[in-house]
Amino acid sequence: MKSGSNLEKILEKGLFAVTGELGPPKGNDISVVEKKAEFLRGYVDAVNITDNQTAIVRMSSIAASSLLIQRDLEPVMQMVTRDRNRIAIQSDIFGATALGIRNMLCLTGDHQSFGNQIDSKNVHDLDSIQLIDCVRTMRDEGTILGGEEEVEGQLRIFIGAAANPFGDPFEFRVIRLAKKIHAGVDFIQTQCIYDMNRFKEWMQMVRDQGLHEKVHIMAGVTPLKSAGMARYMNKNVSGITIPGELIDRMAKAPKPAEEGIKICVEQIEELKEMEGIHGVHIMAIEWEHKMGQITEEAGLLPRPTVS
Amino acid sequence: MIKVEQKPVDEILDFLEPYNKILLVGCNACVAVCHAGGEKEVGILAAALRMARKKLGHKLEILEDCSTRQCEPEFVEELREKVKSVEAVLSIACGVGVQTVAGRFSDIAVYPGVNTQFMGETTELGVWVERCQACGNCVLHLTGGICPVARCAKQLLNGPCGGSQEGSCEIDKEIPCAWQQIHDRLKAIGQLDRMAQFIPAKKWGRESRDRGPRTIVREDLKP
Repeated sequence: MKSGSNLEKILEKGLFAVTGELGPPKGNDISVVEKKAEFLRGYVDAVNITDNQTAIVRMSSIAASSLLIQRDLEPVMQMVTRDRNRIAIQSDIFGATALGIRNMLCLTGDHQSFGNQIDSKNVHDLDSIQLIDCVRTMRDEGTILGGEEEVEGQLRIFIGAAANPFGDPFEFRVIRLAKKIHAGVDFIQTQCIYDMNRFKEWMQMVRDQGLHEKVHIMAGVTPLKSAGMARYMNKNVSGITIPGELIDRMAKAPKPAEEGIKICVEQIEELKEMEGIHGVHIMAIEWEHKMGQITEEAGLLPRPTVS
Repeated sequence: MIKVEQKPVDEILDFLEPYNKILLVGCNACVAVCHAGGEKEVGILAAALRMARKKLGHKLEILEDCSTRQCEPEFVEELREKVKSVEAVLSIACGVGVQTVAGRFSDIAVYPGVNTQFMGETTELGVWVERCQACGNCVLHLTGGICPVARCAKQLLNGPCGGSQEGSCEIDKEIPCAWQQIHDRLKAIGQLDRMAQFIPAKKWGRESRDRGPRTIVREDLKP
C-alpha cells in the first residue's frame, strides 16, 4: 500500500469507487465544512477538498482536509501549482501527510484572472506533471526534489491528478495522461463529462494504449441544475463542453433540477459499465445535499467497508 | 527586441514639476523600432511637454538628444555636456538605457518617459507580441521554436492544461494557446513525439533570473 487510504484500498480491491467534492468556505467558518461534510457522509469513499478553486480565496485545502479527518471523513487534498513554489509545495506536503492526509490531487489550477485576486502573480514554478513527479520522488525515493536530501519520516500518500478529455488538442489528451502515469500518478479524476461520445472516444484511445491498466481512472460527473447553468458552463467554464441535446433536454424538462439528477444517474450507470472506469467523481457543486439521492439512485450504496 | 510604451503625459509632467530645464533623450535602437523612444518621438514628446507646461504657466526648457544605443556607456558619455547644463534628464529609452544614464551621471536625477514592456516580435505593422522572457535556460529546441515560458499564461512545460479550447487559451479566446501552437508546429516538422517527452522541473533559480542581476562575462572580449 502506498498510502493505506480508504480510496486506495477500494481501488486496489477492484471495487467501484465514489468520491465527492467539498469547496471550503470563503473564510474560517468551520460550520460550512461541517454542514457540507454531513451531506457527503456515507455516500462517498473520499472527498476532494478544492484548493482555492477558480482562483477564489478560500480556507486552505490542507486545513479543510484536516477538519474532515477530525470528523472521520477521508479527504483528497487538492493542490494547485498556481500559488506555491517548490519550497512551499514540499513543505505543505510534509505538513499535510503529518496531519494524516493520505490522498492528494495534483493540479495546475485555474488562471488567477478567473478569481477575486486578479492582480496577483501566479507561480507555476512546477506544472502539474512536475508536481506528480515531485510527490512520487518524495514518497518513493524518500528525498526532496532534485536529489539527495532525505525526507525525515515516511510519506504515505496516494497520488491523483486530473484529465480533461474535452480539452484540445484532442489527440494530445491521451499523451498527457500517459505523461502523468509516467510521472507516477496512482489515480485520475476526469473533468465533468457531458459529451459522452467524445469521452468514449478518449477511453478507447486510453484502452488502446493499455493505460487503463496502469492507473485508476475515475470519471467526473456534475449534475446540472438548470438549462441556464448548462448554457453558462458551456460558455464560461474552461475545459467544459455540453452538447446541445443535453441543454435542450434540460430546457424542456418540467422539473429541471430533477432532470439534471436523472441525467447524472444515467451517466453514472453508463460509466459503471465502461471498461477501464474504476469509479466516479461526483462534483455536486453547492448541491452537496443531493449526494445521497444521486448515489442511491445510481446504485452506488452502501459504500463498502474495507480493511 | 525590447518593446516600450510611452508613459501618460500627465505622469511625466508630475515628476518633472520641480524643474525648469531638462534633457529629453531617446535611443535609436529597439525603442526607435517600436516608435516610442527614437528621435522622432523625442521631438513629439518635447513639443507636447513644452506646450503643456506653457499652459500651466510654468515654462519648461527642453534640450533634445538621441543616443545611438543608450545601453552602451560610450554613447551615453556623449551626453555629458548637455547633462551638465540641465536640472534633470528624461529618458525614453528602455529601462536599461535609463539606468545606464543614471549610472553614468551620479549627481542628476533621471526619469523614465516610457514603460518597458517586453521582448517581442512585430507581428504586423503597429502590433508587437511578447516572445521571450529571457529565462536564461532556453527550451525552444524542445518546443518547436515556440516559447511556453513567454507565451503560455501558466508557463507550463509539459503540454496544454485542460483549459485549451479550439486553439485558444482559457483566459481569453483572443489569446492563442501556446501549447496548441507548439503541438501543431511539432507535428508540421515531424517532431510530435516531443509532446510525450517529460520536461522536469525547470531550473528557474540556479541558472536563471532569481539571483539578482544576471551577468555575462566574456574574458576573451575584456580589455
